[in-house]
Amino acid sequence: MAGASKTGIPLKYLANRLLTFFLTVLIAATVIWIIPRLSPVDPAEAMLGRMASGAGFVENADQILADLRTRFGLDEPLWKQYFTYLRNLLVFDFGVSVANFPTPVSQMLAAALPWTLGLMIFSVIIAFVIGNAAGAYMAWQETPKVWKVAIPAAMIFTSIPPILSGLLLMWLFSAQLQWFPLTGSYGLFVTPGWNWEFIFSVIEHGTLPALSIVVVTFGFWALGMRGLMTTVQSEDYVQLARAKGLRPRYILYRYMVRNAILPQVTAFALKIGLLVTGQILVERIFSYNGMGKLIYDAILNQDFAVIQGASYIVILMTAASVLIVDLIYPFIDPRIRHGGNN
Amino acid sequence: MVESVPADDTATAAEAKAAWRREKRLKRFDTPWMNPKLLTGAGIILGILFFGLIGRILWNPDLVFIGSAPLNLPPLGFENLRGEGGSISHPLGTQSSGRDLLALLIVGAPNTLFIGVIASLIGMAFGILLGFSAGFIGGRTDDVIRVIADVMITIPPLMVLIVFQTSIGEVGILMMGVLLSGFMWQSPTRLIRAQVLSMRESGYVRMARLSGASTFDIMFKEMLPNLVPYLFGSFIAIVTTAIVTAVGLETLGLGPQRVPTLGRVIYEAIDSAALLQNMWWWWGLPTLLLAIMFIGLLLINLGLDEVSNPKLRKV
Repeated sequence: MAGASKTGIPLKYLANRLLTFFLTVLIAATVIWIIPRLSPVDPAEAMLGRMASGAGFVENADQILADLRTRFGLDEPLWKQYFTYLRNLLVFDFGVSVANFPTPVSQMLAAALPWTLGLMIFSVIIAFVIGNAAGAYMAWQETPKVWKVAIPAAMIFTSIPPILSGLLLMWLFSAQLQWFPLTGSYGLFVTPGWNWEFIFSVIEHGTLPALSIVVVTFGFWALGMRGLMTTVQSEDYVQLARAKGLRPRYILYRYMVRNAILPQVTAFALKIGLLVTGQILVERIFSYNGMGKLIYDAILNQDFAVIQGASYIVILMTAASVLIVDLIYPFIDPRIRHGGNN
Repeated sequence: MVESVPADDTATAAEAKAAWRREKRLKRFDTPWMNPKLLTGAGIILGILFFGLIGRILWNPDLVFIGSAPLNLPPLGFENLRGEGGSISHPLGTQSSGRDLLALLIVGAPNTLFIGVIASLIGMAFGILLGFSAGFIGGRTDDVIRVIADVMITIPPLMVLIVFQTSIGEVGILMMGVLLSGFMWQSPTRLIRAQVLSMRESGYVRMARLSGASTFDIMFKEMLPNLVPYLFGSFIAIVTTAIVTAVGLETLGLGPQRVPTLGRVIYEAIDSAALLQNMWWWWGLPTLLLAIMFIGLLLINLGLDEVSNPKLRKV
């Protein structure tokens, strides 16, 4: 047992986590594949309908229909389609977009993903830091009275989904005060690249979406942190540190916060799914260039391949984050040894 | 002497009454269920329900239909961009296709709550069943249920529901709740399983087993009542998640489209650039109502935490 903790992650635990990860992705991918098959709409006919609405009428409609079916692999038996689909997922091949024919879906996803990831990492880290700091200060004895009132008051936002806070911030700071641009992820007149103008524009456009996520998520961390801090506060080693006459601030950071923060990391793994989807909705409101806008446009255009691909990527992202948090956890908390169960 | 007796009598009677009152007050404060957070939260949610029910009687719900009112009117006491003032016949204003905001809120708010409650009731029923089976029966059953719950809890419901609704098409309120319930059973299952595991070896369960109670009786007559605060807490938590997910779908333009829901009203407002036209009442009022709803649910949850976790009560 003691040996296992020194060598890092035990194989059994690793295998268990990896299995859960693959099962999650497989089940999600299968569900996403089955649902459209239940639909009465034939994608080939839908595509032909799109052509017809553009051109007025289409010659050789039957021929084109058959061609499209072969192209999408719709003439093959279902099980074969399923395995082709799974194989394609492995190489991130989601087919071509119907609305932006013939752009591959993977190309559209690759363009949107950096925006989503950038915004997410940025806002999640800020929320985590602010939230835990707020929670720690709420429980700490030396905190000024003002903060003890102000922090719980700010936490009323915790219960509100980020779309609502996004709308409020957008109205206040973009529409009324006009401090920030209303929508988009960078200005119309800047050229993307590594120039200051562009970077400044990105920050300017990203502030409000990030803020609307931070405002509603920091309270979750703060609540958890406060609970953990109150239990840590009465521990013997904290009492001893106080008795030794260490500076209160030193005790707070080195003795209390360091011990209280660990379960917060676990909570992070459980929360990540909600964070990702919440952010996608924020992106849709702000017309931010990420996955949210991609998904919304695809819904409007009935662009099914894009919806499927985007959903798969989001699910993959969520499952991967949970896996990563699970795997790095033993390194953060050396006391945790991964035995058999949970 | 003669006079003092009744005086004494009344004194003891008053004393007894005071003691009885004190005892009653002590008892009242001893009921963890009567904590202010829980009561405020429940009050808010009941208030919203009441608003929806009474509103249908006092206000005309037919005003939710397109073209049933003048367009773009501001709420009473405000002016819109065309300089029109609000009117008493549409006190919360109207939107760009002539629907009355007050009527939309009256009809939409209960619908939104209803979706959450349906999803959570179904989810909870499955959660109780699966959680008890996993925790109490154990073995292979436990393994299968645990793995499925662990796997399903990481799949974001919004993504699967987006796929569902874009391919299958429009759904009603009830169907929306049923669809959401597919993602609401995992966390109660995990919670109940953990609780049942820790209770399984406790004295009273052993006692029941020794006295020959059936598995069903032990599970639902002996153990379930002890879990009530946890069940309520879990229920409120999944109601919140369900409503958040439903509102998310609705703001993407999916979900029920023929019946107004708060999310749908917000979607139409964003879609018609209400922000640019400074029609704050259109998106702001449903947002506010939703925010109040979520705050109410949060307070209920915090209150229930105090019920199930006595340590929090003294803080």
